[in-house]
Amino acid sequence: MTSRTLRMPFGLKLLVAVFVVTWSIVALFPLFWITVMSVRLPVDGLSSNPLDVLMGPRTRALSGGLSLAGLAVWIVALVALYRLPVRHGEAAAARLAVGGRPFAGWMLAGAGYGIGLAAAVGWLIPAAVGLVDRVLAPVPLLGWLATPAIGMTLEHYRAVWVQHEFYRNFLNSMLITAGVVTISLSVGTLAGYALARARSNLAFWLLIAALVFRALPHSVLVTGYVPAFVNSADLLAPLWANPLTGWFFQLFAARPPTLYGMPWATIIVLVSINQPFTIWMMRSFFQNIPSELDEAARVDGCSHFGAFVRVIMPVMWPGVITTGLFSFLLAYNDYLVTALLLDAQSQTMVPAITQFLNRDTRASDQIEAIAAAVSITAPLFLLVLVFQKQIVSGLTQGAVKG
Amino acid sequence: MKPRTFALFVAPSVALMLVFIALPLVFVFVQSFYRTETLYEQVKVQNCVPGFLAPTCTEEIRSRPVLDAGGRAVTETRFVGLDSYRGLLEPAAVAEAFSAGGRGIASLLQIDFYRALRFTVWFTLVTLPLVLGLGLLVALALNAVTKRLRGPLIFVSLLPFIVTPVIGALSVRWLFIGDGVLTVALEGLLRRDISMFAQGWTIELLMLLYRVWHNAPFAFVIFYAGLQTVDQDTLESSIVDGASRLERLRYVVIPHLTPLIVFVALIHLMDCYRVFEEVIGFSSQAHVISLQWLTFNYLTPDETGNRAISRAAASSMLTMVGIVILLVPLLMRTWRDHRVAR
Repeated sequence: MTSRTLRMPFGLKLLVAVFVVTWSIVALFPLFWITVMSVRLPVDGLSSNPLDVLMGPRTRALSGGLSLAGLAVWIVALVALYRLPVRHGEAAAARLAVGGRPFAGWMLAGAGYGIGLAAAVGWLIPAAVGLVDRVLAPVPLLGWLATPAIGMTLEHYRAVWVQHEFYRNFLNSMLITAGVVTISLSVGTLAGYALARARSNLAFWLLIAALVFRALPHSVLVTGYVPAFVNSADLLAPLWANPLTGWFFQLFAARPPTLYGMPWATIIVLVSINQPFTIWMMRSFFQNIPSELDEAARVDGCSHFGAFVRVIMPVMWPGVITTGLFSFLLAYNDYLVTALLLDAQSQTMVPAITQFLNRDTRASDQIEAIAAAVSITAPLFLLVLVFQKQIVSGLTQGAVKG
Repeated sequence: MKPRTFALFVAPSVALMLVFIALPLVFVFVQSFYRTETLYEQVKVQNCVPGFLAPTCTEEIRSRPVLDAGGRAVTETRFVGLDSYRGLLEPAAVAEAFSAGGRGIASLLQIDFYRALRFTVWFTLVTLPLVLGLGLLVALALNAVTKRLRGPLIFVSLLPFIVTPVIGALSVRWLFIGDGVLTVALEGLLRRDISMFAQGWTIELLMLLYRVWHNAPFAFVIFYAGLQTVDQDTLESSIVDGASRLERLRYVVIPHLTPLIVFVALIHLMDCYRVFEEVIGFSSQAHVISLQWLTFNYLTPDETGNRAISRAAASSMLTMVGIVILLVPLLMRTWRDHRVAR
């Protein structure tokens, strides 16, 4: 009965279809459009005629472009690249799970896919397009397929990454995110496990405190850090001067450091800011793991920590991966903390984009800013591609339990 | 779990939160009552210009920073009480605005803090229903689409949520700035010249649209997950009772989603109250600012390299007041539930 009575009338079906299509366009359009703008010369990219932006006629005349055959190759290759992780991602991760650790498998599969994708987009596909064009051009009736149809140039990307050394910011971003993800996961997993198993009032209050901290605007905390970080050399001097503690600190640095502009100091700050969220999320994952599991191990003579390592760790990786993704997003997307605590040398990508915005004297400066923005978005795009399921499950987990 | 083991497990996390969240909070609170200033001294300077017969000399009194032995400027920190707060809230100006000859709200909104407060609160309250509504619509629509299409559609819907907020705001700005594609489309539609970044209200409109675009996917994912667990038996019995599609939505689906709606609303309130990236992305500081941006601005070094730390501390504390007001009802409810559960 259900299938027939629940079936939608035609009008409603049409409405749903129209709505879904509209929403997809709205969701994609800004990102799609800036990607298109970033591969055009300024005359086309900033033109008031949308068709010029879309087709890039002057870009084609001045610096070549993509043929229809090339476009087809690109589309086929990109669809294949989308299908690959969706279809085979989990299997590949399972096969790469070194020593029975799915986490390692996921990391390896993700990294491998990222590198493969960079190679494909940067070299393999352009080479294939060139080959197809070369082959098709002399063929009498198909030659027109191989002549440039859509203007395309990668010079802005080259300017951003090579000339303006955006790769430095990229490396800084990678350092910061890698540090934040590893530290906040190792610390947060332990706390989340204990909070999931504890029944005391103390645990309750800890969780509430974490909830309050989660709600704090980051600027409030950064106000506390900025003066301390800038003057840290003076503030920490007593620790170094005191003979009791001095020998210990001098192992690390001869003189008290200025924390402002130091990546590891910013990593610790981001880890702490992220900690409330991490422990809430890990706690709700651990609550789904039946406590009989570790109790059984305890009966067999394991300590709490031993039970955690032997019994819980092998089954907690889905939760760790999901929480890690959100830690990654927080660190990668951050503007406020990194803009205020890092200096020009150690700046990450997101705050660094303002340097392109503020230059804005030549027409190509704007397109370069757009190319930088697309460069920042690309890794996130990959992230959703590979980890879509984990992101969805993570969001809902937090909602249902938290 | 024994208290000792519990303590060992949570110690690193608690230590981090104490040192890097609780301690800075106390520090900021104390800081807001002090002001650190560079010490200046008055010195008499004689300037001589070579002239005919005798050089022309003028004496003037200049102030310059006092330097210590190391050549660094000496600073002095002193207790100023509520001065920083007064500097932000400007009670005198407020009193004047609402006195007989004052211009009321209009002149109140000339003051940075009230300008930021007005926008933050307004922004938070207006986006809330829009995000909830759009999220619910997308969830219902995608739930009605055939299973095979759902994967790619969820992928597309997640993108606005995952994209870096500053970059998302920038990409919307590039669609509208100058002869941007959507401005041109709007101009064609309304047959008049439009510049979206010349006045406050259009910027606010764009910010609203951007935030709804950015946050609706989050609401969508939560609601979509909730829709999968709607009790099919209840749905069927409501059909037997002759409930129409709309009535089923109203009396079965929405009540089932209510806890999730409350959850999304709370997260949204917390996040929206921190609105900041939009101001950066749209470079709207001349027209529209938010509370977090105000603090950020005080913390950014000015031309002379000074940061207005005590002002930043005061505005941070005032921002916190809003969060406390937001959280108190939630915390009281949680505490009641906890006591009942025990």
